Amino acid sequence: MTTINLTINGQPVQAPAGTSILEAARQAGIYIPTLCYHPELRPEGACRLCMVEASGSRGLAAACVYPVAEGMVVKTNTAKVREARRTVVELLLTNHPKDCLCCQKSGDCELQKIAADLGVRKLRFEGGEKKSHAIDDSNPSLVRDQEKCVLCGRCIRMCRDVQGMDVYSFARRGFNTIVTPAFGLGLGQAACSLCGQCSTVCPTAAIVEKDDTDKVWDALSDPDKFVIVQTAPSVRVALGEELALPSGSVVTGKMVAALKQLGFDKVFDTDFSADLTIMEEGHEFLHRLQNGGVLPMITSCSPGWVNMIELKYPELLPHLSTAKSPQGMFGAIAKTYFAQKAGIDPAKIVSVSVMPCTAKKAEAARPQLCDSGYRDVDIVITTRELGRMIRSAGIDFAALAEADFDSPLGYGTGAGVIFGTTGGVMEAALRTVADVVAGQSLPKVEYHEVRGMEETREATLNIVGTEVKIAVVHTLAAAKKMLERIKAGEADYHFIEVMACPGGCIGGGGQPVPVDASVRRLRREALFGCDEASIIRKSHENPDIIALYKEFLGEPLGEKAHHLLHTTYQAQRR
Amino acid sequence: MSRKETEGVCFEKREQVDAILAEYEGKKGTLIPILQEVQNLYNYLPREALEYVAERTGVPIAEIYGVVTFYSLFHLDPRGRNIIRACQGTACHVRGGKSVLQALEKELGIKAGQTTKDLRFTLETVACIGACGLAPVMQINQDTHGRLTPEKIKTILAGYR
Repeated sequence: MTTINLTINGQPVQAPAGTSILEAARQAGIYIPTLCYHPELRPEGACRLCMVEASGSRGLAAACVYPVAEGMVVKTNTAKVREARRTVVELLLTNHPKDCLCCQKSGDCELQKIAADLGVRKLRFEGGEKKSHAIDDSNPSLVRDQEKCVLCGRCIRMCRDVQGMDVYSFARRGFNTIVTPAFGLGLGQAACSLCGQCSTVCPTAAIVEKDDTDKVWDALSDPDKFVIVQTAPSVRVALGEELALPSGSVVTGKMVAALKQLGFDKVFDTDFSADLTIMEEGHEFLHRLQNGGVLPMITSCSPGWVNMIELKYPELLPHLSTAKSPQGMFGAIAKTYFAQKAGIDPAKIVSVSVMPCTAKKAEAARPQLCDSGYRDVDIVITTRELGRMIRSAGIDFAALAEADFDSPLGYGTGAGVIFGTTGGVMEAALRTVADVVAGQSLPKVEYHEVRGMEETREATLNIVGTEVKIAVVHTLAAAKKMLERIKAGEADYHFIEVMACPGGCIGGGGQPVPVDASVRRLRREALFGCDEASIIRKSHENPDIIALYKEFLGEPLGEKAHHLLHTTYQAQRR
Repeated sequence: MSRKETEGVCFEKREQVDAILAEYEGKKGTLIPILQEVQNLYNYLPREALEYVAERTGVPIAEIYGVVTFYSLFHLDPRGRNIIRACQGTACHVRGGKSVLQALEKELGIKAGQTTKDLRFTLETVACIGACGLAPVMQINQDTHGRLTPEKIKTILAGYR
């Protein structure tokens, strides 16, 4: 590839031909402000904040879309550039609500940061027409406020190019331009998976997770309620980012301590119910394999993925494992087994979960998830919301002494913890399936064949003499391609894992922002580190799981397990 | 989505929409002509027809909605059988175009941009139709009416009722 030589702010820079000025500058450590640019999305050149002086360009050049050229001289910080950028920000702010102090995105807002960085102190254009739109609150997961939209189009590109859902588009024209689902529908009426990836790339509070923290505070302050909480595997490797710790910090013990300080009566671990999911899903897979059931069987832990298949490919629903997600299983077990064992009236239990995911809020609201006789999971908050609760409680997170999860739903194996990354559910399942087929504990624990970050990975494994062809898929766009292959009869896999979000739950729609490939890699490595540090690394060897079956459930796929731990799916028409 | 999966879809004039889609099948960049022909069929773009076009062409419905709302020639609501375009351009403005528009609004009981309940008339404004010598002017369908006064409106509209 040809290397281009240019200078940026007098500094000689080399970059491959075709690189944008912006990327060349960032690689050289020169920061150019942006709003519509996102390192993982194709550039759009919409916001004009990245304008620079570049020799060869007629006016100022938009650095995100202007390619470098041999001998080019770029200046990113001249009076002309500063004035142009400041004008862009002033125009945006003039047509933007000024409730920054009480905005959900305050502190994480890119527009706020850029206005501060550029030293915008007064708005010269106040008094002009302002856009006015109703808030879209039509679903349990996400809230959209068009008045805070800066029309950067990142959500459109994320939804279209990464997730393949095509929910959003620009509509109308000029000053009236908006970002909207077709026919101006709310996300609850549009064919949206509620994965929340749009909320991870929105630079402002135009798309945010629905904030359910007040419901949690209310439950915690109600003396008649017994409030329990489960924390998903990937939360422990991401929560630190909300609390000023570096990406990839494992904060399990501090998180448990913080939850106890917040006032939860019991702090449990979704890793435990991830192990339970493996017991049911693993046995379901073997049952399908040995009895001519529908194959490939596809995992069902990721609610964004379940929404997508229910919306777009209902004819393929028999491929989904009937096993509930770990969140769902935990909910059903907490208000039955745990309530009995602890002698607590399940009507008084408020079951909270901390999830990396916005779609989990909608999953918990599914009518199918009431098998305990109550709503199995009452409130779902995301990693971002837990971060806000800990900050608002004034807890010095970094200084907390580590605490342990409570028993009997608080112990998870290494197999449970890797549920939080793409390939992890498959690897956890293989660890158990192989041992069950062999009838003994095999020495093999790690399945590097299924690890990696490629969107679609496949392997053929020899499980105790049986060839098993598996695939692992993440992002909904890749999942769609896989479903098309299944429909065309071109996918002869036995078992497929699908996670909706890039990288799996570590890159979930409810995780801290900003996020990119390097952040996801650190979170993922941290999860595998948790697995390696575990004494028990196979779900079926979890002593609390063994006790649960012995004392309460009976056999995997047995009658009680079927009632509490399995679910149904149906086509969604919207 | 393939044709097979849309077989059960049922809405008014589906066969004609199928014929339009068949005409453009396999060709790229044909969304706007398809939408124009579909609109000619209904006089506007019904939601069911747009959703069907999305399924059959593979163009996301959100994108189709974006295109339809971008161009003022496309309409998402039913339109009247007679389209009135009252000129508000410079020449018509100085010769009383506004009072003509007000007379139209009063006579039809609707505002500019709206359609009468009986779907007889849609009232729109335009910036110039190039007949400034006849100002103030309006077009009803393909007919141009010039040298208008508010008093003439009732008689002219009667010819289209």
